[in-house]
Amino acid sequence: MGNTLIEKIIMKNTGLKDVAPGQIVTVRPDRVMIHDIFIPFVAEKFEEMGFTKLDDPDKVVLIYDHLVPASLVEDIRHFKIGDAFAEKYGLTHVHRSDGICHQLMTEQGYAKPGNIVFGTDSHTTTYGCVGCFSTGIGYTEMASILGTGELWVRVPETIKVELEGALPDNVMAKDVILTLLGDLHSDGATYKALEFTGSGVDAMSVSSRMTISNMAVEAGAKCCLFRPDEKTCEYSKVSMEDVAWLKADPDASYERTVHYDAKDIKPVLAAPSRVDNIHKVSELEGTPIDQVFIGSCTNGRLEDLAAAAKIMGGKKVAVRTIVTPASRDIYKAALKAGYLETLSKAGCIITQPGCGLCCGRAGGILADGEKVLATNNRNFLGRMGSSKVEIFLGSPKTAACSAISGRITMP
Amino acid sequence: MGMTIGEKIIARAAGEEKVAPGEIHTVTLDRMMSNDGTTHLTVDKYNTKLKHPRIADPKKVVFIMDHNVPADNPKTAAAHKKMRDFAREHGIKLYEGQGVCHQVMMEDYVCPGELIFGADSHTTSYGALGAFGTGVGGTDFLYAMVTGTSWVMVPETLRFNLHGRLRKGVTPRDLILKIIGDIGANGANYKVMEFAGDGAHGLSISDRMVLCNLTVEAGAKAGIVEPDEKVIEYCEKHGRKAEHMFKSDEDAVFAKVYEYQLEDIEPCCVRPDFVDHYDTIANVEKEKIRIDEAFVGSCNNGRLDDLHMAAEALKGKKVSPRVRFLVAPASQKVYQQAIEDGTIEALVDAGAMIMNPNCSVCWGSCQGVIGENEVLVSTGTRNFKGRCGAPSSKVYLANAGVCAASAAAGYLVSPEV
Amino acid sequence: MEQFTGKVWVLGDDIDTDIIIPTEYLALPTVEDMKPYGFSPLRPELAGQIRKGDILVAGKNFGCGSSREQAPEIIKALGIRCVIAKSYARIFFRNSINNGLLLIENSQVQEDVKEGDSIIVKVGESISLNGKDYPIQPLPGNLMEILEAGGLVAAMQKRNGIRRA
Repeated sequence: MGNTLIEKIIMKNTGLKDVAPGQIVTVRPDRVMIHDIFIPFVAEKFEEMGFTKLDDPDKVVLIYDHLVPASLVEDIRHFKIGDAFAEKYGLTHVHRSDGICHQLMTEQGYAKPGNIVFGTDSHTTTYGCVGCFSTGIGYTEMASILGTGELWVRVPETIKVELEGALPDNVMAKDVILTLLGDLHSDGATYKALEFTGSGVDAMSVSSRMTISNMAVEAGAKCCLFRPDEKTCEYSKVSMEDVAWLKADPDASYERTVHYDAKDIKPVLAAPSRVDNIHKVSELEGTPIDQVFIGSCTNGRLEDLAAAAKIMGGKKVAVRTIVTPASRDIYKAALKAGYLETLSKAGCIITQPGCGLCCGRAGGILADGEKVLATNNRNFLGRMGSSKVEIFLGSPKTAACSAISGRITMP
Repeated sequence: MGMTIGEKIIARAAGEEKVAPGEIHTVTLDRMMSNDGTTHLTVDKYNTKLKHPRIADPKKVVFIMDHNVPADNPKTAAAHKKMRDFAREHGIKLYEGQGVCHQVMMEDYVCPGELIFGADSHTTSYGALGAFGTGVGGTDFLYAMVTGTSWVMVPETLRFNLHGRLRKGVTPRDLILKIIGDIGANGANYKVMEFAGDGAHGLSISDRMVLCNLTVEAGAKAGIVEPDEKVIEYCEKHGRKAEHMFKSDEDAVFAKVYEYQLEDIEPCCVRPDFVDHYDTIANVEKEKIRIDEAFVGSCNNGRLDDLHMAAEALKGKKVSPRVRFLVAPASQKVYQQAIEDGTIEALVDAGAMIMNPNCSVCWGSCQGVIGENEVLVSTGTRNFKGRCGAPSSKVYLANAGVCAASAAAGYLVSPEV
Repeated sequence: MEQFTGKVWVLGDDIDTDIIIPTEYLALPTVEDMKPYGFSPLRPELAGQIRKGDILVAGKNFGCGSSREQAPEIIKALGIRCVIAKSYARIFFRNSINNGLLLIENSQVQEDVKEGDSIIVKVGESISLNGKDYPIQPLPGNLMEILEAGGLVAAMQKRNGIRRA
């Protein structure tokens, strides 16, 4: 019997001829990513475990993003510990103000098709957009990988998601993943791999796929894979031959297959305060909102800013609107394309690339009783203020249209 | 006996022919500005302490959110909500995220000859357009908002005659910090600092704003540059008419007159922890003091000239990996202009973090806070102990060129000429 | 076989990591500093009420959300002896084992349990409430090894020869 995409990646990494779901194997990751929130803990555990050197410093990427720019004096401690760790153990891949970790990992070429990557953040699933098996782990495990270069994983079952046809104009990849979350529920893919296929996926940019793989973890998924194509190769700077092996066998075995006709997908929102509390935008239309947030590793890329700029051009926002590009490179590209100027003239507040509001530490926290429409990945209780803040998650198009009207609005 | 500019503005606001230093007058205010540093407290007082709360003229009141924008925690978010709700309820114009309050006021409101109260000490900035702007506390502001009036004691005036031109690489920030160093941090207590002479008229409105903004650091009640054609032009460009162009009379009485030759001014580097710990960067750079963060921005130095100077100092260079370099344009308008002329791109390329227009590092919370024992070089307004973060941290004040060059070098240094 | 009894606190489905410890407290220096804020968005008083040896009973998808390891660490630091839930999110599951926090999967006891009840846990065998036994599955061998070592740090210390087996 054939293998799924995730099985192929694990086989390649381990040298095993075959693997099956449920099997526990030891893999050697190609890269690992640590961010500023957890570096103090990783550093402490690493030394507590008795390690004195890294297995391979070149495999380690350290990224400051959650606390950039620092809003509290204590935040600085994380940078100091990170810098000291990098110097002591010879880290060369350190990003101190270049953007959100998940954006940088694929954008800067750290996570490539066919790689295995672990990160100290749940949204590490993002790199599946280029056909990389990537998943989030805790800092203790990260410390052990730094020393040993390996980690055990359970080979996951795979759920295949087929998306056929063309998405309507007002529907974005965000609506696809939110729709899927509504159907699978927040634990529907726990411990499992998602594998996306179909003409609807083929038509998507790598950025759009990134939105989907990013949020797959909200269904509990271990990873979310897209088979690399020409777009992937161009983005990741690899050749098609390099990735020829990276495909599921025709007779691969899937736990189940979920099918969507792209034309049937509607603009949707995750209503407070669960990611799987999915409603059509049309059902919620007219709900007054206090703030709009466009950004994060889910939806802070150039195509998202372009969509927002197109909608907001020549208009003024009716509610405060915060735009946070996902990385320095995206910020620059959006400057050149004129999107940031358009958004600024429309009255948006454009912030430094970083996790900002999405991680609830700064960048537009809300007051009790307020509602926000945001393009990021979580709407949990208390994520952007107290538990009395209501968070709706939607696409950049829905967000931009709602910013102009001050109410939830169909794009 | 004649009057000074400050006396003439107060006389006009008091409806008097003539006023003299030491007199107390009731004045009608032309405008009142309050920001998110204190407005929520003023709103609380308005709602709880007044028997018959009303606002004399909501059109004269402006609320501007700039200190904690966007909100960084539930407390600041709640303060903002209070401010927003109050403004909506009372028909007060509210700005949110459009820039630092003083920059926004200059762009949209200030006219020569006006008397303006701001619930922020750097309201002195408005003297750049020949207005009398002064900072007040929340209670004074509340009284002014409710009655449209207030009382003022007519201050004495110190006259600064400026001659010549600043050399290349020397900014009005270097000049005013030198003056503060000379007269001391209380050298102009309760007084008006009036600037005139060919050196003053040679300065742009943006330059004059730098000058007037920092006069409060010498204790001044107001800083005013004698208005001229440039003021008329600025007002027209921003859709306003300059009506009350006051100049001091020939026989006006000044408490003291100072003469400054601008060619003599050198790029400064004020040492911690006080604004009058004046030194030159030429002296300070000998010590090779390592820095952790650099900041270009604030109501003092977040305008186009400053961003240009920072970009120039960084040309062909990158920000040191040891340094966090934050740039906060003073307003959305400044940000947009700096996008258009490529300055933002150059700064981003060099490794700067571009903040949304707000008070940012200068205010010491919300973004760009510095840690224990860290060193910051800043174009902000103050270097008081703990102003920008941990009490053990140190803040040096310098111009945008020095800040940017130091960001690249990793230690305090002059830009290459 | 190890056996213990604990007083029960009952929570619902989808208890996420932001509920277990909100992001705003993650930069506090130690888990001890964070502990008082455990579960604060949902039940601010809960952290102060939990006593050493207590047991948490919850619904499905416990620990969903972020990779923050402070989540199991705080639960452990509050004195919780074990968590019994219908299911766990995967990162939380790994993090708990790595920190020596015992997780038990069971989907029946939730129907019968009330807050304040006592549950008897026989590790790897069963749990019982009011005289009724509920079967539980033992953990895979490699995970029991980590748990028995007292967590992943201790397991690595053994590997690196700085702690005796």
